[in-house]
Amino acid sequence: MNDGHRLSGPLPDPAADAGHPEGHPPRVGFFTDTSVCIGCKACEVACKEWNALPEDGLDLLGQSYDNTGALGASTWRHVAFVEQRAPAMGGAPVDLGMPGIGPPPRSGDGRARTVGEDAENRAEGNGDDDAGALRWLMSSDVCKHCTHAACLDVCPTGALFRTEFGTVVVQDDICNGCGYCVPACPYGVIDIRADNGGAFKCTMCYDRLGVGLEPACAKACPTDSIQFGPLDELRERADRRVAELRELGVDTARLYGEQPDDGVGGDGAFFLLLDEPEIYGLPPDPVVTTRDLPSMWRHAAVAALSVAAGIAASFVVTARRRR
Amino acid sequence: MRHGETPNVPEAATSATSGRSYYGRPILKQPAWKTPDAPLYLFLGGLAGASATTAAVADLTGRPGLARAGRYVAAAGATASVGTLVHDLGRPARFLHMLRVFKPTSPLSVGSWILAPFSAAATAAAVSAATGVLPRWGRTVGIAAGALGPAMCTYTAVLLADTAIPVWHESYRELPFAFAGSALASAGGAALLAAPPADHPPVRRLVVVGAALELAAVTRIERRKDITAEPYRKGRVRTLLTAGRVLTGVGAGLALVGRRNRALSALAGVSLLAGGLCTRFGIFEAGHESARDPKYVVRPQRDRLARQGGR
Amino acid sequence: MAECHPVGFQWVMEAKSRGAKVIHVDPRFTRTSAVADLHVPLRAGSDIAFLGGLVNYVLQNGLEFRDYLLAYTNAPAILREDFRDTEDLDGLFSGYDPDSRHYDVHTWMYDGAEEVTAAAGERDDTSVGTTHGGRRHREAARAETYGSGGAALTAKPSLDLTLEHERCVYQVLKRHFARYTPEVVEETCGIPVEQFLQVAQAITENSGRERTTAFCYSVGWTQHTVGVQYIRTAAILQTLLGNIGRPGGGILALRGHASIQGSTDIPTLFNILPGYIPMPHAHERLDLDTFVATDSAQAGFWGNMRSYVVSLLKAWWGDAATADNDFCFDYLPRLTGDHGTYQTVMNQLAGECRGYFLVGENPAVGSANAKLQRLGMANLDWLVVRDLQMIESATFWRDGPEIETGELRTEEIPTEVFFLPAAAHTEKDGSFTNTQRLLQWHHQAVEPPGDARSDLWFYYHLGRIIREKLAGSTDPRERPLLDLTWTYPTQGPLDEPDAEAVLREINGVGPDGALSAYTELKYDGSTACGCWIYCGVYAGEHNHAANRQPGHEQSWVAPGWAWAWPANRRILYNRASADPQGRPWSERKRYVWWDGEKAHWTGADVPDFEPTKPPDYEPPEGATAQDALSGTDPFIMQADGKAWLFAPSGLTDGPLPTHYEPAESPVANPLYAQQANPARQVYVDGRNRYHPSGGEPGSEVFPYVFTTYRLTEHHTAGGMSRSLPYLAELQPEFFCEVSPELAAERGLTHLGWATIVSARTAIEARVLVTERMKPLRLRRSDGGTRTIHQVGLPYHWGPNGLSTGDAANELLAVVLDPNVHIQESKAATCDIRPGRRPHGQALLDFVAHYRNRVPEAGEEWEEPS
Ligand SMILES: Nc1nc2c(c(=O)[nH]1)N[C@H]1C(S)=C(S)[C@@H](COP(=O)(O)OP(=O)(O)OC[C@H]3O[C@@H](n4cnc5c(=O)[nH]c(N)nc54)[C@H](O)[C@@H]3O)O[C@H]1N2
Ligand SMILES: Nc1nc2c(c(=O)[nH]1)N[C@H]1C(S)=C(S)[C@@H](COP(=O)(O)OP(=O)(O)OC[C@H]3O[C@@H](n4cnc5c(=O)[nH]c(N)nc54)[C@H](O)[C@@H]3O)O[C@H]1N2
Ligand code: SF4
Ligand code: SF4
Ligand code: SF4
Ligand code: SF4
Ligand code: SF4
Ligand SMILES: [Mo]
Repeated sequence: MNDGHRLSGPLPDPAADAGHPEGHPPRVGFFTDTSVCIGCKACEVACKEWNALPEDGLDLLGQSYDNTGALGASTWRHVAFVEQRAPAMGGAPVDLGMPGIGPPPRSGDGRARTVGEDAENRAEGNGDDDAGALRWLMSSDVCKHCTHAACLDVCPTGALFRTEFGTVVVQDDICNGCGYCVPACPYGVIDIRADNGGAFKCTMCYDRLGVGLEPACAKACPTDSIQFGPLDELRERADRRVAELRELGVDTARLYGEQPDDGVGGDGAFFLLLDEPEIYGLPPDPVVTTRDLPSMWRHAAVAALSVAAGIAASFVVTARRRR
Repeated sequence: MRHGETPNVPEAATSATSGRSYYGRPILKQPAWKTPDAPLYLFLGGLAGASATTAAVADLTGRPGLARAGRYVAAAGATASVGTLVHDLGRPARFLHMLRVFKPTSPLSVGSWILAPFSAAATAAAVSAATGVLPRWGRTVGIAAGALGPAMCTYTAVLLADTAIPVWHESYRELPFAFAGSALASAGGAALLAAPPADHPPVRRLVVVGAALELAAVTRIERRKDITAEPYRKGRVRTLLTAGRVLTGVGAGLALVGRRNRALSALAGVSLLAGGLCTRFGIFEAGHESARDPKYVVRPQRDRLARQGGR
Repeated sequence: MAECHPVGFQWVMEAKSRGAKVIHVDPRFTRTSAVADLHVPLRAGSDIAFLGGLVNYVLQNGLEFRDYLLAYTNAPAILREDFRDTEDLDGLFSGYDPDSRHYDVHTWMYDGAEEVTAAAGERDDTSVGTTHGGRRHREAARAETYGSGGAALTAKPSLDLTLEHERCVYQVLKRHFARYTPEVVEETCGIPVEQFLQVAQAITENSGRERTTAFCYSVGWTQHTVGVQYIRTAAILQTLLGNIGRPGGGILALRGHASIQGSTDIPTLFNILPGYIPMPHAHERLDLDTFVATDSAQAGFWGNMRSYVVSLLKAWWGDAATADNDFCFDYLPRLTGDHGTYQTVMNQLAGECRGYFLVGENPAVGSANAKLQRLGMANLDWLVVRDLQMIESATFWRDGPEIETGELRTEEIPTEVFFLPAAAHTEKDGSFTNTQRLLQWHHQAVEPPGDARSDLWFYYHLGRIIREKLAGSTDPRERPLLDLTWTYPTQGPLDEPDAEAVLREINGVGPDGALSAYTELKYDGSTACGCWIYCGVYAGEHNHAANRQPGHEQSWVAPGWAWAWPANRRILYNRASADPQGRPWSERKRYVWWDGEKAHWTGADVPDFEPTKPPDYEPPEGATAQDALSGTDPFIMQADGKAWLFAPSGLTDGPLPTHYEPAESPVANPLYAQQANPARQVYVDGRNRYHPSGGEPGSEVFPYVFTTYRLTEHHTAGGMSRSLPYLAELQPEFFCEVSPELAAERGLTHLGWATIVSARTAIEARVLVTERMKPLRLRRSDGGTRTIHQVGLPYHWGPNGLSTGDAANELLAVVLDPNVHIQESKAATCDIRPGRRPHGQALLDFVAHYRNRVPEAGEEWEEPS
């Protein structure tokens, strides 16, 4: 475990690293191109249908058309909806953030508008005002199937494992609900299901891959916003797509989680975004916590020694006194 | 983001969006561990660990009274700590799956492999001490437990630090020492209550060392500049940590002044134990706080990117 | 389209990735707008002004596709001298009778067509003459018979190919649309001049020999009192630009329910028979000959109507149908007037309709003025509901809104309700006919649960039992039932009739088995065919609807995927994709062309033309049907083979589209004195109060426009989605969408409650404040601007199911398009205020209070203008 690469940094073949023999299938994943997502949520429904997940809440959230909220133990695909004004010329897009939702604007994002302001800010005429054209971003989030998956690393039971496809899957019959994977995930993906105490997340449809089917969500996606395939191919495709969009003047197009040398060694499910990751609820620069584990153990060891030393010292002094 | 990203993304975007998230929702999930189970687990583990080692050393340095007391505390602590762990599981019936594999990358796995033999040894030692059966064997396992004791005190620090929770992860250097110190102090406190006064002098020194270590480490954690330490300085967490600091301090003080006064020593013991508890609860709470507010995730990551000159 | 046809929308996205420019014209910023190149918000109900502006832009700048126009349209046709346009009569055409609120349409005919109207006496639809139209025509929504071709027309017009003649269609068109200037468009629609010009340029630059532009529409264009004229305007524009009958062109109706196209081809409508054959009217001495007379006399494929009708009668009454008994023509039911759904509701209220079958419909939520629907159903002897779910229309007598308000008391409702669970499409074999006229077969996946049965099962066994009961009866009026061919093989544990056997009957059979084309149909009774336009789907005794050849294994036209009517043709009128000489207009847009060598039409698709009729063919004297069409008449279902810029026949509310305001509008018609469609169908009933419109006194009581629509997450009246947890959780509650400005104006708060009020009733909804709703600024003639606020209401909700809420249809009054009886559910007026609505009697009082604020309520504004 002092071999850095096993805990962080680029890792060409996670499946092999996990001990899958030569000739295992190539690593597969998702390239989610949010620039063509139409927010139909077919992916959410297809996932729940295929995996027989329970309905988890009939609440109107007022987050644009998103009434799902976030990924969770019973929601393995989540489509985010962001309404904003993209400035006519450069500058940061203005998150319209559906007035009244979430905590009041924090310093630094005073740009989030409120109803009142809007009425005033609005320039006359029907043309899009200075604030720029209305943008409605939609993005289908999912488990990233990290190259270095913190959830898997910290799982004490081995319930979470690396499949021959390089994906990360929970074995429900082994999980004892210790909950360690939950705070370990830098993306806030995996969670414990209250009713049965086990941890759940996207399996990349392990059961479908096994029989040569593509994952249900990708299958259902009408616009190919969710593209499934060998990760290498997807990465090339993604690079071409970004170039294409830049050609068309979409300067804000950027890939997220595609690079093998990022904090988690690259995501098995990566994205093409049109704004900063956090706007979609994604961490801007996630790092797998176990990257620092060796150093943690070293500090703990020293601390442990100091316990021993402290105790010993307290007595040694006495011993001398006695003499 | 460093990678695959256009340099011509407007500079403004960074400042404008930093600290923001999707409708202000958390980016991380709340730790699934429950209170009081989890913080108690941290506390008891430390108490038991330090007590076991103390008992062992006391035994070797010919202080049977203190040794016996230490074994009792260690056994009780270990058992209770196992109890809280099992109770905190989503599926307690599968507790033994913890020992299905040994995973160095999982502090909980490593911890379980420490906790299991430790609690077995500690309990056996206590039983033998109590019943007087197999005294020699009893001493040996007692010493074995003592050997595992220090690890018991600090692996729980790694348990917290090895997560994506900013307050915990970012203080992975200090946490083990904070836990070590608080374990010593608590063990000392327990000893002041349970051990014969004759054996108190080493215990007092133990307490001072522990309290000093705990206070130093915790203070270092709180004072850390970057925003991820903010939760330590706010609201309930702040109250808990302050309480912990005061109680531990007072406890240590009483321990010193109360040399010949049983009552004062007892009071010192209680105060030290309470202090240890507050510290553990405080640190655990801080984790939840920093998972709740996305800015603790976004800001530091943004700053890191800025430092790396990603844009 | 992304909202409601997400799967079809993948092709729009594909086109976009290949460089197509996507423009979305919609009052709201929707999921479609999100991925479109340009979103053009406009005031609901103002599209004719917008499209008219485009037509005017084309004509004023001479951007039409001249060669196409001259050869393939009726632009050169000369109109009668006594025709008067809306230009002359300030919003009315000649022939309007204010008392009956109907048009006498004969002045709309081509010049020199009078003589032939003499034949009118023999015509089935006596009031009409050769020119379809007029009252009887409207009652029967005869326009729906044009689902596969235009109205009858016996006179070929005299032409002026220079288009100079001041009475030629081209010149009339030019004058008619002259006032639809960009400024007037901004005044009417709230579309800024610059944006309008942006669209105009995009469309015209993308049309012509080398390029084509397509229009996709659905009910945002149809659910208006001028719905048919909306589509007509688009048709005129596309015809001017030469975008009809060519690849990448067309006006694509994105239809609704999975087989709603099928349900008009083989109709569930009162006024047409399979294949758009009109339902005969009830009057003396109407025999088969007189019924088909006018049509047989005319040119084009409708000239063979007799063959279609006889084959249909043979399919239904088999051996009983013989030449001697007129092939049982008398067995066909006769029309006695309007039997559309809304008229039927009125008949229920009047106690004239006593029993009702509700099959696959949920009017208690889905139809305009939902209260009226429920009151009607509460006034029956019996009601049969066949549905997948316990829908509101099956439970209204127990827990409907009127029970709460005390308007109805369960124990006093005479209606006996029978609920018969229906099998879903996954539980039965069958075909869906989709938007593209594709018949697509679906195979049964599972047996229906419990007592659920397919509709085929239900009707077959119902018919079987009735026939068994009547067996041996000598009463002549039972003959039509007893003589029916009712022999379908059944299979499986449930005795399910074999759906393929039905398809084969629809396809038609002759002496040598399944027919392969409608051209094989005979009028002598030697062929039987259930629906002439579907003839060929079972050619060679093979179910072509089940064809599923993958795209990469065939040409881009994909003839191997399912089967398209007619004759597996993918683009109708595709003769127009070649020039008069039969050469492709351009290499880039080549599709179907004339192969001189082989003396045969050829190309990527099945030619929509007689394959061997040369481009230079000229009909001999006295030729009929298709033979009467020349080699340059691509529109073979039209009597003159031409695309109609001007409709001399077939419409009840004008030969040319004209902008009228919705029946309820906060705006006075900026173009004419005539406020709303004068021929629109209204129902005068206290429970169907209309709002004052335009500047009329009291119109300020309901100052806001509201429009109703769908969400991707739900389906229509909700029976199929509100009951499913996975869909319900995606849109868990009824909500309204308002702009931040309107929210500020009315004190509405995001996620708070709003009460929306009309003269019908009031409903409550959670509030979504969003900039996707945009206040529109209408330019005023005085130069200033006026802000119009629009409220968005998805109409999926009702009290039953997992996700519940008030139904938007409670707010709407029933007011219909005169041509096809569709309700105006896309534009009406309302008031909106913060907070929840009152319940029980308090609700009635609340609404009464609003009504009282409207001066001289009653007749005055129930029949405006
Ligand atoms: N998910 C889903 N898909 C469906 C259905 C469903 O219920 N749910 N229903 C199916 C059925 S039955 C049908 S008929 C189709 C209907 O498909 P659509 O016609 O697409 O459905 P709507 O949302 O009713 O109306 C479309 C748009 O018309 C806009 N609109 C309103 N008034 C006007 C106007 O005056 N001019 C213009 N240009 N636009 C206007 C509305 O804002 C709305 O966005 O969808 C079919 N597909
Ligand atoms: N305000 C407003 N009103 C509208 C519209 C609008 O845009 N705005 N749109 C109009 C349009 S376009 C339409 S199509 C109507 C739709 O309105 P409705 O047709 O009244 O509503 P649906 O929910 O589609 O009803 C279809 C029912 O058929 C049932 N069903 C499904 N499959 C089968 C089957 O195989 N057999 C049987 N027997 N039943 C089956 C379903 O459970 C469902 O309850 O609403 C119209 N009303
Ligand atoms: S995203 Fe989270 S849950 Fe998914 S693999 Fe990575 S760490 Fe595990
Ligand atoms: S909860 Fe289950 S999956 Fe998660 S770490 Fe614990 S055992 Fe592994
Ligand atoms: S891959 Fe399978 S499990 Fe994962 S989100 Fe898609 S459908 Fe759900
Ligand atoms: S990802 Fe695909 S399926 Fe999911 S919402 Fe977007 S378009 Fe629909
Ligand atoms: S629901 Fe069916 S018909 Fe409608 S878009 Fe989806 S697949 Fe097509
Ligand atoms: Mo529809």
